[in-house]
Amino acid sequence: MSTENFENASAAPNGQPAEEQPVWRQEYPIDWSESEYVTRREFTRLLLVTSFAFVVGQAWIVLSSVGKKATAAQPPRVEIAKIDQVPVGGSLLFYYPNENSPCLLVHLPSDQYVAFSQKCTHLSCPVLPEVDQGRFHCPCHEGEFDIQTGVPLSGPPRRRLPQVKLEIANGHIYAVGIEEGVA
Amino acid sequence: MRPSLARPSRVRRSPFSRSQRSTIVTGIMLIVWLLVILQLWLFMATMEAYLGGNDNVIVPGLIASVVCLLLNFGLFHYLRNLDR
Repeated sequence: MSTENFENASAAPNGQPAEEQPVWRQEYPIDWSESEYVTRREFTRLLLVTSFAFVVGQAWIVLSSVGKKATAAQPPRVEIAKIDQVPVGGSLLFYYPNENSPCLLVHLPSDQYVAFSQKCTHLSCPVLPEVDQGRFHCPCHEGEFDIQTGVPLSGPPRRRLPQVKLEIANGHIYAVGIEEGVA
Repeated sequence: MRPSLARPSRVRRSPFSRSQRSTIVTGIMLIVWLLVILQLWLFMATMEAYLGGNDNVIVPGLIASVVCLLLNFGLFHYLRNLDR
């Protein structure tokens, strides 16, 4: 019997046409062509579950964002260093706002102070200041950031480094907040 | 008395033949597949924006993904009705 003809495929033992067969027999067909119909329908069901999983993922991002905003307390005011502690062209490693967040304070040749997160926005390697060349350099994948703004200049990073807001008072430099990096 | 297995307990009635339904299920499967790929792209773009500190796109991303899911659900519902 030809398996190319759907309607005249292998007959069921009771002799009834395919549409008259019980559901269980239609779900487990004999002929490969009919089996193909069932497997494609079941694959479509799997795709539907995948689609639902993506919606759950998107909802998780929204909830995570809302939770982050709700729990974001006023950033602490932390003393980093004294003004004369960092020479022009020098840098200082500090941790802000917690001990798991390394940051770099840089004293620019223009006598300004800037501070950025040390984590590269590509894959979180530590960036190194190269003040004379006006950049932060990430040795992992040759990423470069502008030392004044934290904007990516070359390499794989596409987002700028988070900038630490500074305040200078009574000869001391304080970290007072973080501005997240946006491309 | 033992019930006969050959006796149809529930019978499907469809306006389409088996071969027509096979074509329909293939078409719907491809459309659903495209929508899922679109959702994958949406998810990656939204995650990238969120990690970059851009929160403006995450709610529109969720809405677009829900619309895709509803379309997929509607298509699958149509597919289920083909067998009834």
